[in-house]
Amino acid sequence: MTGFPWLTLLVLLPLAGAIAVFSVNERSIKVTALAVAVANLLISLPLWWLFDASSGEMQFVESARWIPSLSINYRLGLDGISLPLVLMTTVLMPLCILISWHSIEIRMRSFMAMLLIMESAMIGVFTALDFVLFYVFWEAMLIPMYLLIGIWGGPNRLYAAIKFLLYTLAGSVLLLVAILVLYFQGGHTFDILQLSQGTYSHSLQFWLFLAFFAAFAVKVPMFPFHTWLPDAHVEAPTAGSVILASVLLKMGTYGFLRFSLPMLPDASQAFTPLMVALSIVAIIYGAYMALAQSDLKKLIAYSSVSHMGFVTLGLFMFNIQGIEGAVMQMVNHGITTGGLFLCVGMIYERTHSRQIADNIGLTKPMPRYATFLVIFSLSSLGLPGTNSFVGEFMVLAGAFLWSKIATAFALLGIILAAAYLLWMVQRVAFGVPDPHMLPKLRDVNLREMITVVPLVVLIFVIGIFPNPILTRMHPSVEKVIARVFPPAAEHASVMPRMTPFTPSVERITSQTGPTFSQETQTASEGRP
Amino acid sequence: MMTFSPTDLFLILPELLIVTAACIILVLDPVLRASDKDGLVWLSLGTLAVCMGLTASQMNTSAAIFSGLVVIDAYGAFWKLLLYFVTGLTILLSHSYLKEERLYFGEYYGFVLLSLLGMMVMVSSSDLLTLYLGTELMSLSLYVMVGLKRSEPRSLEASAKYFVLGAFSSGILLYGISLLYGATGSTRLPEIAAAISGRNLDDPLLLFATILLTVGFGFKLAVVPFHMWTPDVYQGAPTSVTAFMAVASKAASFGAFLRVFMEGLGGLKANWSAMFLLLCLATLILGNILALVQTNVKRMLAYSSIAHAGYALIGVVATGHMENSSGIASVLLYLSLYAFMTFGAFAIVAMLRKGGIEGVNIEDFTGLAKRHPVAALLMLIFMVSLAGIPPTAGFIGKLYVFMSAVEAGLPWLAAVALIFAVISAYYYLRLVMVMYMREPSDLSSTSPRMVMSPALSIVLACAVAGVVIFGIYPNPLVNFAMQAVSALK
Repeated sequence: MTGFPWLTLLVLLPLAGAIAVFSVNERSIKVTALAVAVANLLISLPLWWLFDASSGEMQFVESARWIPSLSINYRLGLDGISLPLVLMTTVLMPLCILISWHSIEIRMRSFMAMLLIMESAMIGVFTALDFVLFYVFWEAMLIPMYLLIGIWGGPNRLYAAIKFLLYTLAGSVLLLVAILVLYFQGGHTFDILQLSQGTYSHSLQFWLFLAFFAAFAVKVPMFPFHTWLPDAHVEAPTAGSVILASVLLKMGTYGFLRFSLPMLPDASQAFTPLMVALSIVAIIYGAYMALAQSDLKKLIAYSSVSHMGFVTLGLFMFNIQGIEGAVMQMVNHGITTGGLFLCVGMIYERTHSRQIADNIGLTKPMPRYATFLVIFSLSSLGLPGTNSFVGEFMVLAGAFLWSKIATAFALLGIILAAAYLLWMVQRVAFGVPDPHMLPKLRDVNLREMITVVPLVVLIFVIGIFPNPILTRMHPSVEKVIARVFPPAAEHASVMPRMTPFTPSVERITSQTGPTFSQETQTASEGRP
Repeated sequence: MMTFSPTDLFLILPELLIVTAACIILVLDPVLRASDKDGLVWLSLGTLAVCMGLTASQMNTSAAIFSGLVVIDAYGAFWKLLLYFVTGLTILLSHSYLKEERLYFGEYYGFVLLSLLGMMVMVSSSDLLTLYLGTELMSLSLYVMVGLKRSEPRSLEASAKYFVLGAFSSGILLYGISLLYGATGSTRLPEIAAAISGRNLDDPLLLFATILLTVGFGFKLAVVPFHMWTPDVYQGAPTSVTAFMAVASKAASFGAFLRVFMEGLGGLKANWSAMFLLLCLATLILGNILALVQTNVKRMLAYSSIAHAGYALIGVVATGHMENSSGIASVLLYLSLYAFMTFGAFAIVAMLRKGGIEGVNIEDFTGLAKRHPVAALLMLIFMVSLAGIPPTAGFIGKLYVFMSAVEAGLPWLAAVALIFAVISAYYYLRLVMVMYMREPSDLSSTSPRMVMSPALSIVLACAVAGVVIFGIYPNPLVNFAMQAVSALK
């Protein structure tokens, strides 16, 4: 732990950047915004190495009194779960700014300011250690996102923007009530770590879980609450879609992992069947819907519903593989789906259509573009060697321990993913191009190369060397699992159905064959 | 047994100054030339500044003066400071607004100050008759101010409506006071409290008196079902007066109402908190739902101010279920934060002109972000704050109110109120949508414009500074509210 306020800097720099964007002259708006985002990326990178991978505790903690009369504090910190998510955010932001370089035609100043405000709020969500502070960041991004969709979005943007806002707002107001109830039940504190240590009665946990669920399930989005997502994705400008898919959706699953599981362990277990059922429905339903789409953005939006189903499935397995796989999948989905949306944005800039039918046969005129599209698609369907394979495999391995039938259904989602993605690639990359379109189809230029190449690199690096991420999150994930299943034996009687596999995860994993968790064990032992 | 001590006069120096300034304005107005009338504005503002200093120095005083008819304490000081502030903003806003509306009435400022005087009496009276005098002084001045646009039937209708209903509610209030006098033998709050403490709570006379007082105050607070006058009056009144009523008159009514029910009828908590629970729910539900369908921004803000009274009432209901007074403190905080955002929103409405008249329809805001980015941004901030979305003052206000509800064991009330906050987000953000996401019509002659002036800039800067600063760092205001509440007996 260093005394340097890394996290405050990460949160405040984009905010200062947003103000700066308003004060610079017309020509340097984009450069200023990009410089701020890149600076934030450079600030966040050292955290990766400064982070102590052997500890599951919060690191880089900063604390200051904020509203003493309600004991609300300004507390930030990082653990192995939030570190990859923060880095994912800082990596994606410069790319979002680059992809908007020419595609935003009106009010560039406000657009860049909104993006930077969003970055502040998103990093705040992932690092807040005070529940009210978390809620402030969580809600603060609603208005910028509403404006991003509503001002710079597509033809149906007004409807999509207000739908997004009302859905997410309705979900999160119950979260506020739950936070206030926890304050009075958990010893008059909003400290997330302290609240995670408390024990609450079963009936209280039941209600709190439902309130948390309302907030997080809408954000993820889980199956019956997903309808805002396709609208928002389709109408949002490219950068907005990337932020929505890559970061905003992760806030929901992050919420489950950071709050629901450690604070409400009994309710989380009791709700597991429901959560698993909803996850599997999301996986299959999202995939089926994706198969039927003719709009590229809608296709990717529904594929997001399907992929986020894997994440929630992994979270509620309560074992190392499941949860680590879920966190991996959160990062992977951010990278891969972000990449896919960037690809759609590029083609939309050229042909002004997102319809698959209008964008066929791009390999001849745009070979580099087709390459990127294929790489992102293959990553999205979980080809071994790419990042998603690691995450999905771990989630499925975790699910296998819980229920073979559930795993079988989830596997169906992977098969369907291969179907809709490969079918899409077949048409978009390898069809016969419309001769009228050819003059518009310039290949990817240098700026666009810079926006996608980092993601391509990350896809392969994570796909081949997942251990650096896994080792960093391992102690933190173990801490969460220890909360759900305390090592003490007397807890075993509470949920007898769950006990056969949990206290002896290592034993069972050794029976099912080598998995990543064993690798991480050795890797973490090998570290000084 | 009335005793009079000259030192009492020193403690009501702010009131004396205000009444003097009001009289000077009324006398000078006919003799001053039109070009010199700006001096009246400066006189009013100067008086307010001096009073602010005097009242601030009374923060730690606690004295019952004029034989207990009036108290000077931190609680009164809190409301008075808020009222000075709002009155100052009203005068600044009116300065630009009246010019634009071609309303040249010097008396206007005199009436504003007289109305303020009534409010000051209301919040510092510990005798029900003093309180009644205060409400009458406030209301009579407001009746005149509402009807100031003499050429416009809507303004006259609003004034007449307000007068009839206001007089009616004053009668009910007075009836309640007389019943309470019959039941307890006094009109002084401490004596009433002492008389109640030994009584059976189900005493029909006391119950009836409580109900009548609630109805009387209900009209002033504009809570459902006593809200019927609000939309019409708010719409018909000159917008600067609407802003003054929506903020100052509501704050003063809350101030007086809380003192009466806490200091005088505190023993009947269990009775009145159940009643306020019903009023609170009705206000939240009806206020927010009716605001949804409004196309006139002034009417929309009128219903929104009704709904906000509902949120403030949550704190009152919570107090009925608690021993400590954090619920009351949350009400004080809520209303003072509400003052900033509501006043700011009305200030923008007042200065948005379309072809010489006020642009009060939602369509008139179309594309405002293109033509007046700063005005649109400010309106965005006020709307977001009214919707209670962080990091704005509106969120802090709601946080404290809901906190007291949860502390009182009413998390379901907080949940219901928050669900209606989501509904309110729809109509607040509809305005944002119109400003930012619709293109302005190409008929430039009728397209609305903002009339900016230095005075208006000060008003807007004060309002937005309050919304943003207290949204991020509310501690000074919170501590002030707590200090004020601790003065309540």
